Order: sequence, then C-alpha cells, then structure tokens
Amino acid sequence: MNILELRGISKIYGQLSALSEIDLDVAQGEWLAIMGPSGSGKTTVMNIIGCLDKPSCGSVVLDGQELSALSADELTAIRRDKIGLIFQQFHLISYLTALENVMVAQYYHSLVDEKEALAALDRVGLADRAKHLPRQLSGGEQQRVCIARALINYPSIILADEPTGNLDEANERVVMDILHQLHREGSTIVVVTHAPEVAAHAERTVVLEYGKIARIVLGGDPSKAPEVGEACGAGA
Amino acid sequence: MIKKNNSFLLKILLSSIVRRRSRLMVALVGIAIGATVLLGMVTLCYDIPRQMSREFRSYGANMILVAAGRESLMMRADIENAAALLPPEKVLGLTPYRYETVRSNMLPYTAVGVDFAQVRKTSPYWHVTGQWPERDGEILIGADVAEFTRLVPGRGLTLEGRNKEQARYEKDVTVTGLLKTGGVEDGFIFMSLESMEEMTGEPGFVDVAEISVMASGRELRDLAEAVRSGQSRVEARLVKRVTQSEETVLGKLKTLVYLVTVIVLVLTMICVATTMMTVVMERRREIGLKKAIGAENRSIAREFLAEGLILGLLGGLLGSACGLLFAQVISANVFNRSVTVEFYLIPATVLVSALVTIIACLIPVRRAVDVEPALVLRGE
Repeated sequence: MNILELRGISKIYGQLSALSEIDLDVAQGEWLAIMGPSGSGKTTVMNIIGCLDKPSCGSVVLDGQELSALSADELTAIRRDKIGLIFQQFHLISYLTALENVMVAQYYHSLVDEKEALAALDRVGLADRAKHLPRQLSGGEQQRVCIARALINYPSIILADEPTGNLDEANERVVMDILHQLHREGSTIVVVTHAPEVAAHAERTVVLEYGKIARIVLGGDPSKAPEVGEACGAGA
Repeated sequence: MIKKNNSFLLKILLSSIVRRRSRLMVALVGIAIGATVLLGMVTLCYDIPRQMSREFRSYGANMILVAAGRESLMMRADIENAAALLPPEKVLGLTPYRYETVRSNMLPYTAVGVDFAQVRKTSPYWHVTGQWPERDGEILIGADVAEFTRLVPGRGLTLEGRNKEQARYEKDVTVTGLLKTGGVEDGFIFMSLESMEEMTGEPGFVDVAEISVMASGRELRDLAEAVRSGQSRVEARLVKRVTQSEETVLGKLKTLVYLVTVIVLVLTMICVATTMMTVVMERRREIGLKKAIGAENRSIAREFLAEGLILGLLGGLLGSACGLLFAQVISANVFNRSVTVEFYLIPATVLVSALVTIIACLIPVRRAVDVEPALVLRGE
C-alpha cells in the first residue's frame, strides 16, 4: 500500500522549471532516498511532499488524501498530523530546553504531555539532556532532539532533509542508527541527501537531475546498485 | 488538558522573554517610560486644580458676598450664616468690608473697616511697610494717600464725618503702616472693623465680604449657588476676573498635559512596534519552524500578542511605580506639596500600557504570520 503518490508533479518559478512531470510512489514502511546534485529539484520535491509548497501542476496523495487542492491552512493541518520533519540545521528554538522543543510540536498538534515528550527523548538517547538548552547540546544531540520532535505526534511519514549534513562521522552514525530503528518499527522515511553514504541506508534511491527523475536504484549506493528504472515516471 | 496547554504557552512565552531579555528590555523600557509619563501626567492633571487653587488664592478672593435685592448693607450675622453654608475646609479666609466717607483737614477720604487677620488670608498680595494695626485707633494708609498727605508711620491725624443718622463723629488715629497693592486700595484708609463701628457708633453693618474659596470652575459655581439658595439676605457672586483666568489657565495646562501624554503614548507605540518588528525579523526562522511543524497563523499571532501583553503589563506596572515617583517629584518641585494619588489610576495605566503595546504589535504580528516556512528554513 502506498503512503505517498506523486503524479505528474511540475513546479515552475517564473520561467524556471524546477520540477517536470515527476511520478513517484512511496510504500508504507519504505525508506526512500532522494538524491541529486544542487539545483536538481530535490528540495522542491521535499517541500511538496512536506506540504511546505504546492506543485504548479500534478497531484499529490498522502495517506489517501489529495493535497494539491488544499488551502494553506489545510496544508498546515496535514503537516501537523501526518508529517515529521528533520532538518539539516536542526531548527531548535534557542530559548527552549530539549524537552520543551519536543513539547512545542505536541502543543501545536493537540495537547502537551511531558511524560510522552520525555519518552521520545529517551528513545533517541537524550533523556538525561532534557533540561538542556540547544546551545548546551552537541550537533548530534541537537539533531536527535529534532528527530524526537519529528516523532512525537506519530507521523505517517518522516521527511529528513540532509539529516547528517552538519554532523561528524560519529554523530552521523548515531542518527542513522536511530533512523534504522524507526524504520524497523515501521516508519516510512524519505531522506533528501546529496551524500551517497546516507542514501546507501535506504531501500530505494531516486536520483533527480534537472528536475526530472534520472533513475531509480534499489538498495544502497546508487553508483553501485542495479538500476530499476530510467527517466521520469518510474513507480515503486 | 487545555489548561496544561495554556500553562505550557505561558511557560514558553516567559522563557522567550526571560532568555531574550536584552532584546525585549528596549521594548520594556519604552513601555515603562510611556506608563511613567502617562500616570505621572494624569495624576498631576487630577491634582493640578487642587494645587493651583491654593496658588491662585494668593491673587485674591474668588467670591464676594453682597446684600441681596435692593439692600446696600448686610448684617455681620448674615455673613457668618452665609459662610456657614460653605464647607469649612474649603474656606481659606473671609474678610468683611465696610466703607465710610471721612474727612481729615477738610479733605475727603474713603475709610474702610476690615478684619486685618482675615485680610491677610484673602489678600496675601497686600504689601505693608511699617506695622499692621493691632489696637483701636491704628490705621493703614494707601500708598497714594501717603504720597498726597506726606503722612508716614507714627504720625497722627483726625478723621471726622457723619453717620447714617447724620450724627457727627470724630476720631484721632495713628498711622502704623503704608499699604501698596497697585490697585484701588492704594487710595483708601484702612482701620479695624471694630474701630470703625466705635467711630461711627453704628455696629453690625457690612457693605461687602470677600471669601477665598479653595475651589474653581463648576465646584465654585455650585458653592456660590448653595449660598444663594440657602441665604435670602445675602447674594454670593464670583469674582469673574479671578475665576475665569483661573479656569483658562487650568484648561490650558490640562490641554498641554494631555497633549504631552498623547505624544508620549504615540512614541511608546513607535518604540514597541520597531522593537517587535526587529524581534519578528530575528525570529523568522523560529516562526518558519513553528509553521512547518503545524502552527496555525492564529497560534503565531496569539503568541506574539500574548508576548506583547506580558510586556505591556510588566512595563505598565514598572511605569506606574515610576509614574507615582515622577508625579511626587514634579509636585514637590513645582508646588512644594506632595501629590494626592488616585489609586484607581494605577490599574488604568497598566491596562492602557497593555492596550498600547498590543496595538503596536499588530503590524509586526502581520509580518510574522506572513512568514513562508519553506523560504525561511532554507535560510532565505
């Protein structure tokens, strides 16, 4: 069963076509990587999947709900209920503790629950750092708080934008281990990255070039793995 | 459960204010200054008529009592009855006047019988060279009379005349002092009312009485009306020259104070709006993040307005304390008296400060809800 279906997605900024006729399906519980060089359109795809932007044409169906016709407020509600976002820059609120940063997501979603937020931090190994401010945490720890925040409302899909882009190797390993754990538990994960070693963890990698799907690769490193599709239009 | 969310909102708002206090301090100080001036000025505005009433009383009485109807003379008892109709704490002084035409060395003069103790209260501007009369037979002469007669303190003269029964009287008197007011008083001779009654042999009559009342405007008019309606033989009139100029000065002073207050409130608004605009610009990423994780526009607006409200209340409280001090200092320096505080003005000032801050936050809040999360999170 597909959790996400993109059909004929294009995005045009002025005269620039950022995405052109993208078709993509993501199965429930799948780990998908989206790769591509700068300007290939991966951030645009991420924004469209994450309901932060709307496509110029085409349809997006997330968890059975068509998104392209929704208003800004309705997209906000979808983001709140169905999507967990992990950012390269972590984007933690500087004046709130790790625990409060997780609880902020609860606050906008429904009701705050300190025990549950603490459990989410425990899940990423940060229960003992709950009362620390972001500036008192290492980059890896901040990213783990960001992951705990993304998980707290049980999203249908976790979207990670260069999740290890600002981390050293050791922390990269920790973060990827957490993503593996989430995947094992059944979470659907979409990672946008330009790093093959990050994409290598995914079950399937979509490579974008010039706003189109250049190829889809099953398993780890797209430079080594066998290709299963070419050009645009390849489904899962 | 909703309560839990509200207390979490309060917690993150306080965290935002406390942990980013250096930035918000500018807004807080701006609001506090606005509240200081607001409470200080309004307190003075309420207190100025009270303070100025005393000041104005040094320019002379503001109410006179004359005989009602066609009568030209009043009985002293009538005046006392009329004065009893006024609140005693409002009456600074009451001076009865009785006028008689007398002669000395064949030349006519106007002699005035007064209560010297009271006249010093109702006419504090009287300038006497020499001594005030204290005993029977002692008089003050006006500066013009002194110049014309060449009389100086210590010299004696004889006053003569006829009373209402046309009976002739004569009295030897001694000049104890020279009076200079710059007004008609400079042409008169003043003696105590008792001396005059003894001289004429007609006790109990008074032509006019001056009263210095600690009131102005409508209150003074109401007091005069109370005397008119409570005493049929005496009519209370206001000294327009004094009362009108008092009202004019007070009116202009109040307008000035209100104008300054409005200007300060507008400046406060600009200060708060500018600071909050900077805060919004600095927190675009945070706003973008909140929107990305599902915050609705109204949640973002509510947070900023609530932050403004907290700042407004804190600034209002701080400013109220400073405002009372400010009013006391101004009052002590300008009027040499302590100010009377209307305590209900304190919560009113805090509320106005909060309201002004919220109004000032409206444009920054508009900017905040317009933040596009995708652009901001990309660092654009």
